[in-house]
Amino acid sequence: MNAQPVVISDANITWERELPSRGRVAMYSLISAESAIFTIFVVAYLFYVGKSLTGPMPRDVLHAPIFFTVCLLSSSLTIHLAVKSLKLAKIGGFALWWFLTLALGATFLAGTAREWHRLIYNEGLTIQTNLFGTTYYSLVGLHAFHVTVGLLGITTVLLFALLGYVRQEQAERVDVLALYWHFVDAVWVVVFTVVYVIGR
Amino acid sequence: MATDAIPTFRAGTASLPLVVRLHEWVTTVDHKRLGILYIVYALVFLIIGGIEAAIMRIQLIRPHNNFVSPEVFNRMFTMHGTTMIFFVVMPMLFGFANYLLPLMIGARDMAFPRLNAFSFWLTAFGGILLYFSFLGANGLYGAGNAPDVGWFAYAPLTSKTFSLGHSTDFWTLSLLVSGFGSIGTAVNIIATVFCMRCPGMTLAKMPLLAWLNLVMAVLVILAVSPLSAAQIMLAVDRYLGGHFFDTQAGGSAVIWMHFFWIFGHPEVYVLVIPAFAFVSEIVPVFSRKAIFGYPVMVAATVCIAFISMSVWAHHMFTVGMNANANTFFVLSTMAIAVPTGIKIFNWLATMWGGKIHFKTPMLFCIGFLFQFLIAGLTGIMLGAAPFTWHLGNSYFVVAHFHYVIVGAILFATFGAFYYWFPKMSGKMYNETLGKLHFWLFVIGFHLTFDFMHIPGLLGMPRRIYTYEPGRGWDTLNLIVTIGVFFQAVGILVFVANLLWSYFHGETVGSDPWDAWTLEWSTSSPPPAYNFAIIPEVRSRRPLWDLKHPEDPDWKYE
Repeated sequence: MNAQPVVISDANITWERELPSRGRVAMYSLISAESAIFTIFVVAYLFYVGKSLTGPMPRDVLHAPIFFTVCLLSSSLTIHLAVKSLKLAKIGGFALWWFLTLALGATFLAGTAREWHRLIYNEGLTIQTNLFGTTYYSLVGLHAFHVTVGLLGITTVLLFALLGYVRQEQAERVDVLALYWHFVDAVWVVVFTVVYVIGR
Repeated sequence: MATDAIPTFRAGTASLPLVVRLHEWVTTVDHKRLGILYIVYALVFLIIGGIEAAIMRIQLIRPHNNFVSPEVFNRMFTMHGTTMIFFVVMPMLFGFANYLLPLMIGARDMAFPRLNAFSFWLTAFGGILLYFSFLGANGLYGAGNAPDVGWFAYAPLTSKTFSLGHSTDFWTLSLLVSGFGSIGTAVNIIATVFCMRCPGMTLAKMPLLAWLNLVMAVLVILAVSPLSAAQIMLAVDRYLGGHFFDTQAGGSAVIWMHFFWIFGHPEVYVLVIPAFAFVSEIVPVFSRKAIFGYPVMVAATVCIAFISMSVWAHHMFTVGMNANANTFFVLSTMAIAVPTGIKIFNWLATMWGGKIHFKTPMLFCIGFLFQFLIAGLTGIMLGAAPFTWHLGNSYFVVAHFHYVIVGAILFATFGAFYYWFPKMSGKMYNETLGKLHFWLFVIGFHLTFDFMHIPGLLGMPRRIYTYEPGRGWDTLNLIVTIGVFFQAVGILVFVANLLWSYFHGETVGSDPWDAWTLEWSTSSPPPAYNFAIIPEVRSRRPLWDLKHPEDPDWKYE
């Protein structure tokens, strides 16, 4: 009521430009929370390496999914190129790179599905079998869940793009989603190292 | 269109039918309404959690009492602890943060209003889920259906073997759901503080409440997420047959303790830092002095948050760790006393030489100062591993953490209630009833929790449903229970005061306390849009600058 009467001036507009984007700040906060969740799962995985009382053991049944890892990691590059195209208002280039990101992510997920199918039906390893099964399916599953969420977001944006709603103005928002996708990729580097390198 | 919509909304609110008004509350995304929803929700659970505490104290009033069965007693201490931490103190503090933050930093709402509503309803459903277990969970025969594994739910009590039925599942899922709500609110608070400040309000010019809530939100993100992870693991164990905490399959019960306390100890600071925030706003206004050592207060808070991430295993001295781990956790625990001590001296220095007004909010803050000091001292005692080997899991521990949670956090929160009640309702509370509440609560608190230390020293373990006569515990337990009744009457006076003042209190203007932060510059209660014109600030006390143009703060900061 008694607030200092101030007309929104150029100074205020400059001030608002100085503040960070809330989308990015929120996404960084969410990424910190997710990192904490992953840290606990990774700690549990490492703590239980070699403590399973019965087989199958990791070195007998796990094969490093190099091809699918390359797919997921290169999707970070394609999503970066997509956002860059959008910032330059190249909608066609955006849609192409964005679709490629979706395809690479989906390929990775299919890889995880195939690996799980093999482990369950051929190797007889389920989440109930032993500690390795419990920690492996939880950690890899948690990551696959995050990939799925990311793909849902990417698909939504792709649908909007195909309907012609995504324009240069949305580059900032799309960039926030890309940030999440980079996080999902970065986590895979950790999960890969823990499960397929150290854990074996 | 927009210009006529606002007066219609303001004038029409009271006359709208009840269903419409309720619908407005359920669908609201306004930070002030969500704040009030959080606070009312927390007050309802405060009464429920209080009744559970009273049931335990009546059972322990004399040896061999048969007020409730051992099974009911187990459910009571589990539900009391879980309720008070997750569904009373956290929502209460989130409610105040929601209500005050945008007003104090000169914004019209939180950064993400819909995320805010979503987080509230997650928390609300979490609480309902927990209490639905009384009706909906089929438990172990004779042990009943509500969770009965203790609030930290150590393995293997939570395994299928020892907890049949669904009582533990309700506990897990309820904390998982409300945990996601807390993380959502924390994300929102961080984004609000960083991105929504009004022109001129740099980080160094924010009110301390905004700073402290920012630190609290960071801690929520770092602490509640591990709890969520641990709850997911427990759910995997219970629903999918996993072995995370299953010692039969090589799993470890101790790792649950670590995961729980990695959450559990920072959680204490999640709860106490907003209490510090209330005190840091109230003490200067009622001492008529600016806060002493603002930058040091901020630094000490950040320091506390940092150290609090590395002290968790002092909850586990009696579990049996090696000497190096014990030494590390003793030293890190002791280190926390330094920044905390700095804060206590800063509040004292703020009061020193001030013109102190002993209104109810200030009384509660002074109570906070004394009691928090004692809580900190018993904390140092328990932080020494050999002392805990003697007194771990005794009533001494129970007395210590209730000194923190009731004596410090709840007292500061009561102070906040009285201080901001005029802003939220537009009415002044009744000062006589407020003082009566304070004195009843002080007497009750000290009867209960001072005397609770002694049976602990004499060897009374926590979580026992009864005890043998003649061990020197009888009279002490009687006194402890008598204190509970004083506290209960105090709470009744408090609720009566809030209700009576809301309907019949004296109407107040925008700034009843002659205070200095931005929330007092808008009307009481504030309009839906908070500020007609977004304010611009030049110092930490913008209203002081406005009231004293001849001697503004920004000349000195």
